[in-house]
Amino acid sequence: MSQKVLDILKSTFGSAILETKSEHGDETAVVATSEWRKIAKFLRDDSRTDMQMMVDLCGVDFPHREPRFEVVMHLSSLNLGHRLRLKTRVGDSDGDGAEVDSVVPIWPGANWFERETFDLMGISFLGHPDLRRILMYPEFVGHPLRKDYPADKTQPLIALREGFEKLPPFDRHEGMSFGRQVFRSGKAD
Amino acid sequence: MSTTTRVFEGGEQGFATTRLDAFIGWAQKYSLFMYPFVTACCGMEFFSMTSPRYDLSRFGAEVPRFSPRQADLLWVVGTISQRQAPVLKRVYEQMLDPKWVMAFGTCASCGGFYDNYTTLAGIDKIIPCDIYIPGCPPRPEAVFDGLMLLQDKIARGDRTPGIVKPREDPAAGLVQLHNKVKAPA
Repeated sequence: MSQKVLDILKSTFGSAILETKSEHGDETAVVATSEWRKIAKFLRDDSRTDMQMMVDLCGVDFPHREPRFEVVMHLSSLNLGHRLRLKTRVGDSDGDGAEVDSVVPIWPGANWFERETFDLMGISFLGHPDLRRILMYPEFVGHPLRKDYPADKTQPLIALREGFEKLPPFDRHEGMSFGRQVFRSGKAD
Repeated sequence: MSTTTRVFEGGEQGFATTRLDAFIGWAQKYSLFMYPFVTACCGMEFFSMTSPRYDLSRFGAEVPRFSPRQADLLWVVGTISQRQAPVLKRVYEQMLDPKWVMAFGTCASCGGFYDNYTTLAGIDKIIPCDIYIPGCPPRPEAVFDGLMLLQDKIARGDRTPGIVKPREDPAAGLVQLHNKVKAPA
């Protein structure tokens, strides 16, 4: 559908476009981190691509890859009716050095998306006007959507009460429906 | 505790005698001023419950007070995140005794399926809770069961926590089906 956009990118930036993929009408370009903002600006300003709208920006953690994180941005052109998914890869296996240029100067709407990605995934956006946590509280340590963050780890802000018993059916199966308890304990009758 | 109310009839006026604590309990249970702490989708059921179709005012518990200092009954309606926990605790501490707490819905009761870094696994982890109403969200009928249970406890001076039992086990049919498939007759 927007194969044309990929061709324009490849002819303009050459080796900075690391990979392109086209699947079910969705076009993806993986680009070099150093060219991230430059390519974004080109996509917005060039009349053939005309991406006025930054739809989404997020991070993905692939713990066994190097670089470990992908920053994914979805762009859309309202005038020309095409879309593009732009990716770049950052960070080493410890999650250090996960840095990429901010696109807030290009699309101001990216501000909170980048803060969210920073908060949950720990990717820094260079040149962001106000890069601090947006969902988690300032006291929170770590980045909860990284795969190495323990799934059951909470960081309460106040001391929890102790010495009380949960009433049934709320016990160690808290939150499960009655049916799943029955199946699990094998007590179905 | 048996009630000791006796009604004398026959005279023009008529009068009743009772014990003082029973009388106070009776008065308290029909004048619950609520503080709605509504954070999530259970709020929709909460609105439905207070609106004329289900009509919470029939139970003498409908008046909302948006200052915790004037409220008796704290309705915690919806998911409480770790970030909100200090706020909820502070609201509870500002309420004057005697005060009661209702956990409306599964999330407020135990965190529900939000078993993760962001959610408090039940408000009883930070404040004492009187009535738990499971359901995602609970039907208004279940909430009224909970409210009447609370009123009953207030009248009896009972401060142990209570839970609304489901009228029928939602998975009972599923279990029967499971057994049928496993061991066909």
